[in-house]
Amino acid sequence: MRPDLEIIQQWIEPNSRVLDLGCGDGDLLHYLETTKQARGIGLEIDEENIQHCIENGVNVIEQNLDQGLSNFQSNSFDTVLLAQTLQALSNPDQLIDEMLRIGEKGIITFPNFGNWKSRLYLATKGRMPVSKFMPHQWYDTPNIHFCTVKDFDALCRDKNIKVLTRTVVDSQHKGSWAMKSWPNFLGEIAIYHITKD
Amino acid sequence: MAADLSEDSVGIVEPQQIHIDEPLTLRSGKVLPACDIVYETYGELNAEKTNAILVCHALSGDHHAAGYHADDENKSGWWETCIGPGKAIDTNLFFVVSMNNLGGCGGTTGPASINPETNKYWGPDFPVVTVRDWVKSQAMLMDRLDITKWAAVVGGSLGGMQVLRWAISYPDRLANAVCIAAAPKLSAQNIAFNEVARQSITTDPNFYDGCYLEHGTYPKQGLTLARMVGHITYLSDSAMRAKFGKTVTDFESEASNFGRDLRSGKLSFGFNVDFQVESYLHYQGERFSANFDANTYLLMTKALDYFDPSVDYDGDLSKAFTNGDCKFLLVSFSTDWRFPPERSQELVNDLLNAGREVTYVEVEADQGHDAFLLPIPRYINAFKGYLNRVYEEVTGNAP
Repeated sequence: MRPDLEIIQQWIEPNSRVLDLGCGDGDLLHYLETTKQARGIGLEIDEENIQHCIENGVNVIEQNLDQGLSNFQSNSFDTVLLAQTLQALSNPDQLIDEMLRIGEKGIITFPNFGNWKSRLYLATKGRMPVSKFMPHQWYDTPNIHFCTVKDFDALCRDKNIKVLTRTVVDSQHKGSWAMKSWPNFLGEIAIYHITKD
Repeated sequence: MAADLSEDSVGIVEPQQIHIDEPLTLRSGKVLPACDIVYETYGELNAEKTNAILVCHALSGDHHAAGYHADDENKSGWWETCIGPGKAIDTNLFFVVSMNNLGGCGGTTGPASINPETNKYWGPDFPVVTVRDWVKSQAMLMDRLDITKWAAVVGGSLGGMQVLRWAISYPDRLANAVCIAAAPKLSAQNIAFNEVARQSITTDPNFYDGCYLEHGTYPKQGLTLARMVGHITYLSDSAMRAKFGKTVTDFESEASNFGRDLRSGKLSFGFNVDFQVESYLHYQGERFSANFDANTYLLMTKALDYFDPSVDYDGDLSKAFTNGDCKFLLVSFSTDWRFPPERSQELVNDLLNAGREVTYVEVEADQGHDAFLLPIPRYINAFKGYLNRVYEEVTGNAP
């Protein structure tokens, strides 16, 4: 179990309906279905991931998030998840609106570009940060909308989104008291539990 | 050539026949007093009777879905690519039932059967049957095979529509619904193509108002033409280019030839068959007309046209799916312009709105509607992966 998924699962109520946007190989949904009797549906576009989901017994729908979620009814899920996918979307702000239309609560995780390593990389090298964690070059990266914890907080304020919990962890998905104090500087991955205000 | 009795074929199979002496009230209100049903089975039914899969055939299909008949070892069943040991519908795991639908011409009671009341061919008097009626008759066969719940009901195209009808009519009698290259109902364009096919049959002078068998003939021209039109809608533009442009080798010519290979190497400057695609369609059409009943073709196209389960639910198909808990697998193919991916997406949305468990795969494939019959790796893997899970869920054993 990926540690960020370990944090996420604590926020899922038993027997709830979960929509996982960009569900990958379906591991989280499979885990939620077996441990929390959640009823899950995942959206994914990667063929190999879809095949994994099918073999895992996870319901998966081949659908591109950039084409929107208008086919989902309002309030049809308890929680809508978006793990490590926000930065790859064409219109992340619109998708967040859609998440909170479809689900009562939303969970979003994303790489925090305000992290000190990114700042240091750009400051010293003068080039877009590349790391083991984010290995792409600027021209071939699927990640087209990077943001920082501060940026995301501002977006939530603008959209009147209520942040239930905000956690930041490092790339090993471990937290610390220091990260709690300086999340935008020390946190590498941000995890938000949100709802409509 | 001997049959391909390789390890992944079910091999030689024998059709079975059952007489059902029970009146069947059809959607039209007419009653079919009794009927014969011809079917085949592959694989073994387990002791708990939990591993049965029903395969539903499409417009021109029949009960012969897999393996070979002893008298024709060259021609395999219509879904040989998907049914057999180790295949997507794995006959080492499942007991597969495939029947010829009512109104068909494979042995099940239909227009080419003798009506016991008149001792004549049913011909045009055979009642119009609908998908709903077929599913009813499939349930009658199911009862006689002593199966209470299908592990899955599976079908492509018109077969997929029967799958949807199963989930609506008998929600508690199937654990999974696998609906491939189908649609919630036909489009106006689909119906238009069917009407051209029907007109070509009924205006053939050898049609005799449907009583051609009494006259010892059949509407060969009309049925050929109907099949030619149908065949065009089964293939994609790219599939035709690939199929009828193979002889050209250098890239530039290939780009300009667009699959327009000539049949004899030169133009005839007449109205004869010049291009390979023409000769192919003629061949397919004629072969089909010699083996298929024209009245059956009319009935099957009507069943397609009439299919629209939402009519009982104020036009809202999602309401049709509120009962039952079977899971769904839907598959569509990118170049299918008969029932394109958008039509499957409509179904996915209706199922989601009904709160149902759905998996949907959109397979990139050049072959058009025909793709559901072909061994396309991604399609087969998803299909097989899904059914292997089904086996585990219904039997509790790993495949």
